[in-house]
Amino acid sequence: MIGGLSIVFLMTALLTVAGTLAAALLRNLVHCALSLTVTFAGLALLYLQLDAQFAGFAQILVYIGAVAILVVFAILLTRGAGIPEYRSYGSNWFAGLAIAAAVFALLTWAVMKSFPATAAVASSPAATVQSIGAALMSTYVLPLEIVAILLTVALIGAVIVAMPEAKVSNSLTEKAGER
Amino acid sequence: MTPLAAFLIVAALVFAIGLAIALTRRNGILVLIGIELMLNAANLNLIAFWRFAPHPEALIGMMFAIFSIAVAAAEAAVGLGLIIAYHRHSKTTDLEAMTRMKG
Amino acid sequence: MSFFSDLDQVFVLLQHWIAGLFPVWLQPVVATILGVIAIVAAFPGIFAVTTVLERKGLGRIQNRLGPNRVGPLGILQPVADGIKSLTKEDIVPLSADAVVHFLAPVVLVVAVFLGFAVLPIGRNMVLADLDGGLLFFFAIGASTELSIFMAGWSSRNKYSLLGAMRAVAQMISYEVPLLLSSVVVVMITGSLSTVKIVEAQGGFTGVLPHWYVFTPWGFAGFALFTVAALAETNRSPFDLPEGESELVAGYFTEYSGFKFALFFLGEYLGMFSIAGFAITLFLGGWGAPFSFLGFVPSWAWFFLKLLGAIAFFIWLRGTLPRLRQDQLMNFAWKFMLPMALLNLLVAGAWRFMGEGWLRWVIAIVILIGAYVLLGRTLMRKQKLGARSYRYAD
Repeated sequence: MIGGLSIVFLMTALLTVAGTLAAALLRNLVHCALSLTVTFAGLALLYLQLDAQFAGFAQILVYIGAVAILVVFAILLTRGAGIPEYRSYGSNWFAGLAIAAAVFALLTWAVMKSFPATAAVASSPAATVQSIGAALMSTYVLPLEIVAILLTVALIGAVIVAMPEAKVSNSLTEKAGER
Repeated sequence: MTPLAAFLIVAALVFAIGLAIALTRRNGILVLIGIELMLNAANLNLIAFWRFAPHPEALIGMMFAIFSIAVAAAEAAVGLGLIIAYHRHSKTTDLEAMTRMKG
Repeated sequence: MSFFSDLDQVFVLLQHWIAGLFPVWLQPVVATILGVIAIVAAFPGIFAVTTVLERKGLGRIQNRLGPNRVGPLGILQPVADGIKSLTKEDIVPLSADAVVHFLAPVVLVVAVFLGFAVLPIGRNMVLADLDGGLLFFFAIGASTELSIFMAGWSSRNKYSLLGAMRAVAQMISYEVPLLLSSVVVVMITGSLSTVKIVEAQGGFTGVLPHWYVFTPWGFAGFALFTVAALAETNRSPFDLPEGESELVAGYFTEYSGFKFALFFLGEYLGMFSIAGFAITLFLGGWGAPFSFLGFVPSWAWFFLKLLGAIAFFIWLRGTLPRLRQDQLMNFAWKFMLPMALLNLLVAGAWRFMGEGWLRWVIAIVILIGAYVLLGRTLMRKQKLGARSYRYAD
């Protein structure tokens, strides 16, 4: 325990922030995507430390197993994997950095003002999968259905947006089909 | 038990760095990566507040985070589809070159 | 009888005894470390045995002897293989991405070993009785896809990248039927914990066990799960990504020596863990097949069933031809996904219809009807007419 924080928490937080910084600073796009994966894994470990087992495993399954692979596929499909043809940082990078620093300062000030460093500890909640399932089917059934429709619509839309346009058939292929 | 403020500061840090990525980098896919990081930081906030709340067995924070994960995944799919479609049209993902609506 | 129950729990008693030699505050850590050592020792040992069995089995299926030089009947072949892969020169291509190239086999092996943590090998013999054990296993399995992509991309080789893309597309496509066919079991059992799933299959009616594979939806689920498991671990007939005759060696072309051995180990251990899960979900885990055979230790039953599953996979590898990439994807999305969804419906109907012969009849009729209809629909586009020959004139 260093200053009231456990070693495990410090290591996990360090891993997460290191992954995020690497995603911000690296120039190779695939390396950025892989450090994003490290960040997701660190966040899943933080969820597990907060006794949110289902959220942690869902984070690994959805983010590392699907979103990270989607990002990597997109990088490969847009030929971003080689040497970048343009500079990595935009022309007004300083303004962006200043805004991000201001947001962080504001959030930290708000947190330190509201919570004393040693808050009261709740006992471990029983967030079993059964209780989550029961809640999903009783109290949260409407959001569940809406999210299902949203996912269907979004994925059909993504497929249609990213689909290549239908090519006009030329005479050569028709002749080949006749034989 | 690690205090709540520690988790919130980690979430604020990840959020700020994600915001910096989304504002400063030129590649469209990196901007989407930054947006995903911001959503993840918000999820961490939700779970941390759920854990330290007076009634964690009501599962409100956990449900919010799970739905947020699902919606973020859908949004990532649509965003990346857009970038791929734009790349097919103009052969670049440079956001500073996407200055016109025409052509 | 106490002898047999002691034999059943011999490893648990050994673990408690060794942990008892340490001070109290250290005991949970020592107990967990002992479990980890047991897994790390046992499953690579089975891997070594499997390499010999596979090569000799494939050899016999292909009408030849397998390796028979090293040791009597070639049993010591894994020792020779191990020495070879440890002492081979480790070649890394000059333009390869060194860090990612190094980390890819590490990530694969770590992810695969993590998956063994929720596998119940015997009564009271699971390393981590997690509440969401099944979800943990599938989450870790999804992480192995990323390591395959890392391996293929970092080699800066067109064939590696192509093999990696094919492998990732295949693994993603088959993950959906895999998850859906296991959700049936979760629905009927009411828990994601692997220990509870095995215990729910523990009863006997007369002599026959209550394994889920002996129900219509369980049998369909088992078939779907096995096919999807074969595809997830890139095992023949789904081994196009590593097809030796097509892509050199696919995504691990540029790996030599110990890293190649790690990939090999990771692939086989993945096969063991997913076969172990098929056994846990559908074949009753460590339960005995007949009630009068209950005296045999539970871990012995688990390893016997695992050996049977491995032999079955080796048999499939030697017998079936390879599926082409588009045939593979068609099969996953157009056949297995609808079957898995229909299986969910049938299992739900089964659960709420009450005991009796009616639910058996309805379940079997729906499943066989769907199988025939989907098969017919998929085959419609292919006109298998008379064979026509074209001669080179």
